[in-house]
Amino acid sequence: MTNPSNAPAAADNAELLAEAAAETGRAPRSGWRMLLPTMTPWLAVGLILVGGITLFGLIGPLLVGDPTEIRDQGLTAPTGDFILGTTQTGQDVMAQLAYATRGSLQIGFIVGVLATVLSAFFGIYGAYRGRVVDEAFSLFTNVCLVIPGLPLVIVISGFVPRESRGLWTIALVLAITSWAGSARVLRAQTLSVRNRDYVAASQVSGERPWRVIVVEILPNLLPVIASQFVFAVISALLGEAGLSFIGLGASNSSTLGTMLFYAQNGFALPLGAWWWFVPPGLVIALFGMGLALINFSIDEIINPKLKNTRLHRKRARRALRLERELARTGRKVPRQAAPSDEETVR
Amino acid sequence: MTSVKITDLVKDYTLRSGLKRTRLRAVDHVSLELTPGRTVALVGESGSGKSTIAKILTRMERPTSGTVEVRLDDGTPVPNGHYRREVQMVFQDPFASLNPFHSIEHHIARPLKIHGRTQSQEDTRARVLEMLERVNLTPAEAIAPRRPHELSGGQRQRVAIARALAPGAQVLIADEPVSMLDVSIRLGVLNLLGRLQREDQLAVLYITHDLATARHFSDEIVVLYRGRVVERGPSDAVILDPHHDYTKLLALAAPDPERPGRVTSEAAVDRKAIDNSTCYDHFAGEWREAAAGAKAAVSAD
Amino acid sequence: MTAEPVLTVEDLTVVYETEEPITAVKHADLTLHRGEILGLAGESGCGKTTLAYAVNRLHRPPARIASGRIIFHGDQGDIDILALEDAGLRAFRWERLSMVFQGAMNALNPVTTVRAQLKDTLLAHRPRMSRKEIRERSEDVLTRVGVDPRRLGSYPHELSGGMRQRVMIAMAMLLEPQIMIMDEPTTALDVVVQRDILREIVRLRDELDFAVIFITHDLPLLLEISDRIAVMLEGEIVELEAADRLYRDAQHPYTRKLLGSFPSLSGERGAFIRTGIDETSADEISETAEERA
Repeated sequence: MTNPSNAPAAADNAELLAEAAAETGRAPRSGWRMLLPTMTPWLAVGLILVGGITLFGLIGPLLVGDPTEIRDQGLTAPTGDFILGTTQTGQDVMAQLAYATRGSLQIGFIVGVLATVLSAFFGIYGAYRGRVVDEAFSLFTNVCLVIPGLPLVIVISGFVPRESRGLWTIALVLAITSWAGSARVLRAQTLSVRNRDYVAASQVSGERPWRVIVVEILPNLLPVIASQFVFAVISALLGEAGLSFIGLGASNSSTLGTMLFYAQNGFALPLGAWWWFVPPGLVIALFGMGLALINFSIDEIINPKLKNTRLHRKRARRALRLERELARTGRKVPRQAAPSDEETVR
Repeated sequence: MTSVKITDLVKDYTLRSGLKRTRLRAVDHVSLELTPGRTVALVGESGSGKSTIAKILTRMERPTSGTVEVRLDDGTPVPNGHYRREVQMVFQDPFASLNPFHSIEHHIARPLKIHGRTQSQEDTRARVLEMLERVNLTPAEAIAPRRPHELSGGQRQRVAIARALAPGAQVLIADEPVSMLDVSIRLGVLNLLGRLQREDQLAVLYITHDLATARHFSDEIVVLYRGRVVERGPSDAVILDPHHDYTKLLALAAPDPERPGRVTSEAAVDRKAIDNSTCYDHFAGEWREAAAGAKAAVSAD
Repeated sequence: MTAEPVLTVEDLTVVYETEEPITAVKHADLTLHRGEILGLAGESGCGKTTLAYAVNRLHRPPARIASGRIIFHGDQGDIDILALEDAGLRAFRWERLSMVFQGAMNALNPVTTVRAQLKDTLLAHRPRMSRKEIRERSEDVLTRVGVDPRRLGSYPHELSGGMRQRVMIAMAMLLEPQIMIMDEPTTALDVVVQRDILREIVRLRDELDFAVIFITHDLPLLLEISDRIAVMLEGEIVELEAADRLYRDAQHPYTRKLLGSFPSLSGERGAFIRTGIDETSADEISETAEERA
């Protein structure tokens, strides 16, 4: 079995050789290094967008004034005093944006963590235990998966009285409706990792089940979990914006969604007050885009083939060009082969 | 020093397709004995039940019926909690049996710690290096911090052997330990196993489909066909003088440059005519019922 | 054995364009004769698969052919394979030179029947074939490789591993090529099934007189079935000799080492076995020495 894998051997060899070349003369890398994506322009853009917006959400509120302060300069376009203008009631849009970004990020992060924990528990633990536990967990997951998310959120949010509808209520509702998909992905991954020999080997060595899960299986799932987390954050951000926009958001917090809700109620669009609704919309879009770009890079770790296609594209082009040249120059060299080559072929 | 006695082992799997359930008997009344310092080779095709026996021996599967007794040399049975300290396994695929995420050191240190073989951090490290040197992975200091993908297949399999021996195992199950390795390093790994066996008086179960290495590396060969033992005996006797039709077929199918030109000759044995209800026992020199031979068929020595 | 060559490989070099280019095949010279089984032996990474792919120009970038010539000597004159354009290459492959890939599981399309796959191959090369001709030809090739023609309607997963490999061989001989390259066609199979398939290959070769390049790491197997054997080491063909002479009187130390790596089934127990002397092979010693440096 000289080629244990059955994939096209030529491509495999290339990968192996490239890997071997890359590895020689380099200090042994720790397992954690392997989990980090390689830096690409796309990843850099994603990181800058996400980092910038997060920083804005963290520091922004400290630098701006009171977002609720009502002035008599309603609906002024951006000026030196108000970088992003004011709302109908004369509130500073910039200040609102800073607080709203913080609120949205908060909810996105909380939901991301909750949904990831839920999906990891139901997905990984169920798949590892197998049999009855797996059957029960995956049945539960499937039931949760087919629950229509947004309508349920609307119903729940509608039932909870407005006063007690805090940030955590909304976060919990969003988390409960969004973990099931990730749990299925994690379950599939766990099932494949669980059947690898190294898991069996650690069981034979006498490792306890929780250690097998945490030490042997989990590290190999981290990229998948990270990607699911990023995805959960995006969907939570959008979900919350949607809820707030229709007036079912958290009552005591301001988020990008509530900003849009007030802009809509204040007739920002018909009045042409673009500075009121474009910034929150743009922040949502850019943050989502940044996270998506990061997710693509994580995908490359999960599926190294994606990375190799990118790495090899350049080399492959070079190889192809050189070969074409050889074929062309080879023709000029006098050949003994019959000149009827082309005819034979046709 | 530990010995293993398998008596009348049966393993059934239930296959479900829709509402229909069928029972597949993977192992059918197999009895075996592993004694210190001896190698028993378990030979058969894929699906013959050899891997199932390995799984039962390592307690990854429960037998449907039959017993596995593991006894120390004073005759006391090994308590459940110590089972995995005594019985360890080397897996077939060295590329899959080491966790790509962890260093070589981790792989060997874990069994040491689990089975309480070390007291301190430094002790563990010293023992890991010692284990690596025992399997000829030198310089051990340089190998220990590496991760599996930085080693060759042969080196990885040596790590897997070191891991299996780390708890102080006295019984080693080697499931096709060299079939995934390059041919020129196979003998090296097998010879390494041989030396470790002599040093520690290990009882080894060598599972393989390769008759040639089975003959040269084991004292006894047990031929398995569809879950049943069809022939057993001293390794030379089984290979050079096969009695059962299936063993003959296997011996004929194995490449042998000493006897060229056999490839074009038609198969001497009709596969469909092979019955697995009888077993030839070279120790007793007679035919027995394969399934019912449990009491008597345990090797004579 | 007629000494009439059917494929000549001269000075073939294949380079992988990685950061530091790696030469996978170094100046390989090879002549394949009509109706001959040529064994290509070597260990993983020695370049034997790369060589086989390059002969067919199936190698994929970043691999490239850096030098050499590959000439096919067909019935209608010679063909310079390296000079073929895309259309010509497509026509050449499978019509004159076909391949049996290593994993039959992956080489067959899991979602269509055997019949459809045979038909596709036939129609791709003989678009004017009638339905009846296609059916007859499909049944004929399956019968030849020892598969019941009723299996035409089966999906690959309904066939056993040995059966799938037979179907692959049937597909490779569908257009009656003059050369078949077989890359580890039996490695994943059980010994008894392997033996059946080898017998089939030799018999078909005798009947149809095509030439075979048989790639494997299993030297004893090659010694039994091939006429000549080429041994590859690190991209170079270090020895090319008739099978029996290679076995009796190997010249290159690597060939001798490979031969010594297989304990003989019926012969004497080698002195090297179970003595514990040769635990580390030469390769690994040099490997560790390099690491130390």
